[in-house]
Amino acid sequence: MNPRLHPEDFGENPWDPLPALPGHTSRGRLERVLRRGEFAVTAELNPPDSALAEDVYKRAAVFEGWVDAINATDGSGANCHMSSIAICALLTRIGFSPVLQISCRDTNRIGIQGNVLGASALGVNNVLCLTGDGVQSGDHPEAKPVFDLDSTSLLATIRRMRDEAKFLSGRKITTPPPVFMGAAENPFAPPYDFRPLRLAKKVRAGAQFIQTQYCFDVPLLERFMAKVRDMELEKHCFILVGVGPLASAKTARWMRSNVAGVHIPDAIIERLEKAKDQKAEGKRICVEIIQQVREIAGVAGVHVMAYRQEEYVAEMVHESGVLKGRQPWRRDLTRPGFDLDQRLTENLARAGEG
Amino acid sequence: MLRVPAAFEPPGKPPRPRDRFALRFWSIRHAGGLARLYAAFERALVAAAPLAAKLGWTRLERPVAAVERTVKGALFDCRMCGQCVLSSTGMSCPMNCPKNLRNGPCGGVRGDGNCEVYPEMPCVWVKAWEGSRLMAEGDRIGDVQPPIDHRLKGRSSWLAVAQEKSGTGGAA
Repeated sequence: MNPRLHPEDFGENPWDPLPALPGHTSRGRLERVLRRGEFAVTAELNPPDSALAEDVYKRAAVFEGWVDAINATDGSGANCHMSSIAICALLTRIGFSPVLQISCRDTNRIGIQGNVLGASALGVNNVLCLTGDGVQSGDHPEAKPVFDLDSTSLLATIRRMRDEAKFLSGRKITTPPPVFMGAAENPFAPPYDFRPLRLAKKVRAGAQFIQTQYCFDVPLLERFMAKVRDMELEKHCFILVGVGPLASAKTARWMRSNVAGVHIPDAIIERLEKAKDQKAEGKRICVEIIQQVREIAGVAGVHVMAYRQEEYVAEMVHESGVLKGRQPWRRDLTRPGFDLDQRLTENLARAGEG
Repeated sequence: MLRVPAAFEPPGKPPRPRDRFALRFWSIRHAGGLARLYAAFERALVAAAPLAAKLGWTRLERPVAAVERTVKGALFDCRMCGQCVLSSTGMSCPMNCPKNLRNGPCGGVRGDGNCEVYPEMPCVWVKAWEGSRLMAEGDRIGDVQPPIDHRLKGRSSWLAVAQEKSGTGGAA
């Protein structure tokens, strides 16, 4: 086996949960990578507006071998796309490690809890608990905003399901979902002083990892992380900083005024404007930010959100050097002698017999 | 312009712009004093519980809820969720947040501190943080709040507190 691969990250079948490890709540790769102290890389998959599984596989393929987990967004920006739970289920069929994003905007507590059980049964090991964008920002502003739970009470709800094997109602769950729980934080939006405290609140409610909003302002992140370290929060949860390439100065301006919670300093936009090749400059800025946040104490990884530029994620991760030669999971790098095609044929035959 | 309704209570109350006078913002600026006042009021409520029990909690529900709606509606733009958490939210009513967040701000707060959904309204949680800094027990803003119980909407939280803290609760 390739020495750069970690043997514990490979199970019997690529699509099966990994054998349970002591001290781990989930049976997924993301938690293992983080607990080993390796710098983790996750990426966001742009969900298709189609009912075709191949569209999902195509979009995930560009990340293969470069990321430790793939986030499937849940109607991001309040726009309608293929659901996160379906994308995650499709990804587990291949062996990818998906992160199920749950937004409180569209489903009430009955729907959400059912989805968590279902996702876990389908082999999804990671969930990210989000509030969700308001309906006004999407393509269905006339929709009913649900917001029955908020991100923090959602965390507390799933932790109760997992650790106490109980629904919010108190009814017993026969097999609880062994999920690795995540939450989001935006250190770049007011009230700045409250943000670390809000993170503490989420950790208390059950968050084990955090994926932040886009970071384009490293000094602001440093100030946030200093407070996080004062509160020793980084010892209780893994913080992955959100990063991404800006396609042009125009895109940056548009994002700044139209995407909720995105803060882009003027200096970054000026730098893009002055560049000959703005797209290349955007990628260079992203790589630099990845390298800068890696140096901040308490940062456990990066979450790359390269909307419509997903094909550059591999190249940017490679250039940043954050993997230090480590090889994240790839289909062809499984156990020695493992033949995916043959195994698929066998499984199909077995399913036919049954 | 068509308005996006809030999750908890559609239309009814328009969002409050920062530059329009509203008692809501005055109440937040005086969160410290109001917290002390409320503590005294709560003691009075608990003391009055035996009398309320004699009169009958059910019979009191409607008139007390009406008074509560008027007073807290004026002071806090209260939405009568029936499970008041103002003491933990810097006297800024979280049900005015269009996402009804009871545990803190979302990630969409604008750079100027205004709401993502209603650009003219200051974020309820930016205000809550300011208010909490003025309160003796302001750090209660760090308590994790449980999900809201939608059955209690429109009911008096004063009576609920009186019942709960005096131990005379039960048959409401």
